[in-house]
Amino acid sequence: MRLPAALAVLAILWPGNLGAEEKNRLPVTIHGFLMGNASVRTTGERPPMGEGGAFVLGEERLRLDVSGATKSGTGSLQIKGDIFHDAVANRVDGDLREAYAGYRGGRVDLRLGRQIVTWGVGDLFFINDVFPKDWESFFSGRPMEYLKRGVDAVRLQYSSEALNVDVVATPFFAADALPSPKRFFLYNPFAGAEQRENSPPTRAENTEVALRLYRRMAGFDVSFYGYRGFWRMPGADMDPYKGAPRITRFYPRLVTWGASAQHNLLNGVVSFEGGRYNSLDDRGGSAPGVPNSQWRVLAAYQRQLARELTATFQGYVEVMEGYDSYRQFLPAGFRAEDRVRGVFSVRLTQFLGYQNWRLAAFVACSPTDNDSFVQPEVSHRFSDRISATLGANIFTGKYETTFFGQMAKNDNVYLSVRFDF
Amino acid sequence: MTARIVFALIAAFCPLVTYAQEKPTAAEIVDRAQAAFYSPGADMKARVVMDLINADGKKRTRVLSMLRKNLPGGREQRYFLYFHEPGDVRRTAFLVWKYPEKDDDRWIFIPAVNMTRRIAARDSRSSFVGSDFSYEDISGRDLAADSHTVLREEKLGDSACYVVQSTPKAAADFTRKLSWIDKLSWLPLKEEYYNAQNQLARVFTADKVQAISAGGKAYPTVVKRTMKNVQSGHRTEVVFESASYDVGIPPDIFTERSLQQAPEKWIR
Repeated sequence: MRLPAALAVLAILWPGNLGAEEKNRLPVTIHGFLMGNASVRTTGERPPMGEGGAFVLGEERLRLDVSGATKSGTGSLQIKGDIFHDAVANRVDGDLREAYAGYRGGRVDLRLGRQIVTWGVGDLFFINDVFPKDWESFFSGRPMEYLKRGVDAVRLQYSSEALNVDVVATPFFAADALPSPKRFFLYNPFAGAEQRENSPPTRAENTEVALRLYRRMAGFDVSFYGYRGFWRMPGADMDPYKGAPRITRFYPRLVTWGASAQHNLLNGVVSFEGGRYNSLDDRGGSAPGVPNSQWRVLAAYQRQLARELTATFQGYVEVMEGYDSYRQFLPAGFRAEDRVRGVFSVRLTQFLGYQNWRLAAFVACSPTDNDSFVQPEVSHRFSDRISATLGANIFTGKYETTFFGQMAKNDNVYLSVRFDF
Repeated sequence: MTARIVFALIAAFCPLVTYAQEKPTAAEIVDRAQAAFYSPGADMKARVVMDLINADGKKRTRVLSMLRKNLPGGREQRYFLYFHEPGDVRRTAFLVWKYPEKDDDRWIFIPAVNMTRRIAARDSRSSFVGSDFSYEDISGRDLAADSHTVLREEKLGDSACYVVQSTPKAAADFTRKLSWIDKLSWLPLKEEYYNAQNQLARVFTADKVQAISAGGKAYPTVVKRTMKNVQSGHRTEVVFESASYDVGIPPDIFTERSLQQAPEKWIR
């Protein structure tokens, strides 16, 4: 339903439909791309459910990007939508990535509609960026932009030298998109049980509110964050002692707050971010189906190692609160998580040949979870319009319960070809 | 009698005075050239078309809007760069706060994920968006980073020029640079960069200079320039399709807000 509406707006705004006079008055531009994505599992294993062939991903996408603004910039419009054919499931569908109207007046920017919001300083480690992610897209080899999902929200920004304020209010809950068991091997402790899912209903009191306050302080870019809403990965309601046959997945309430800072240091950029996850539905840590409260901390350092070669090093730590209680109430047969989860990562990016070639590698490994994730990637620009990316997602892990470890049978090689217009 | 003394005094001092006017030191020449090339006016707004052309003549095009503002007093500058083309970088924007004696503050906005990031600024020798120009060529090199000497004075075409040799004090992309600096406009009309083997590596040419007037002043501007890699045959041609000075760009344009929502009025 949403996509046809976007198409109707497109049809009305298409410059071909306007007289020459209107064309000058309505500065609307239409761009987009055609993209083919394919990803093949290399482990030779096939998930048992419906779409478990060799292809994790096989699709053709048409992106239309319509943007416009009044001459003064007071009013603006942005619509980005994809129509795609999923060759694995053989279906055609739409994905409205962004669609918002904007107002700019004085120090205030207001945006209403679907929009992508990205906060924080981490590279693939998210602390204060509590907005929905699409991990299935990411792990199946779609370009990075598909990792972020839009939120249907009102966003109000106030800018001044003394303080910048950014508030995002979202009445419609959107969960993280986790890899689907239809196409991926995943850890599912409730594999045999009947499962239901309850999303937070759209009610005034369920409106998520995210806040960011930021300014420059002594050369640092400093931000403070707060969020009231829900975990985006589901918890599970269960009664293991009675061997309940039914599992209800739901999204527990969550409050977070935190801060980040970035500064030029040691010939590079140094970043810090920290945050507290307050799991309101499991204050004591005694509900096994609900994540405990956490602290999350990140330190990162980016620098240029050589000409056109940039490296980013990150260290990330998650500390669970109420760990004793968690161990005490963890049902028998479940592998206990560690109290502390630590992950190190390195990203290297090398440009070659007038930046027509890009070689990149992202390596993350967790000494506490005993798992790792490696993503090597080569991109080439054939021309200003045509580019291609070849890459791989490689997972290893000692246990099938950890974040990367559960993906160990899902190693894949992906190819993406894009034509811009 | 008095008149004679005055005459004698003038006669005695005049050569010195004219000497000082006509024979500025090499550092003064480079300083004036940098001022004329990198920071004319209080601010500037331009639409820039960059053609990246390889030895076979295959061309790629980058189109961007560039805003610059000089901060009052010192040599600090702020830049805002916004990409219109090609498609895969459309709406990408850079914000640069440039300081004379320390690393720049640099931020990038990546529109695909609506993300603003601070980026490492040590890479002054890295190519600017894949062109033959480095970041340093775009925003200027510290005067004190090189030792400068005037080699000679000669005509380049119709323009009388100082030929200045600049030798980096620390390891750099070049081992020496020759600049032909126009005595009238103080603009560099040609630069030759030599590599460690003392071979000519890159050549900059100011292909078209135009005086752009603003508020009763005229700023000579290189509206077309080329940087050629002599060894690979690759070259980058840059045309300022429109450039205007002293247009009154407000300081708050050079903030994170503009990265996230480009200032329509200034980039059209």
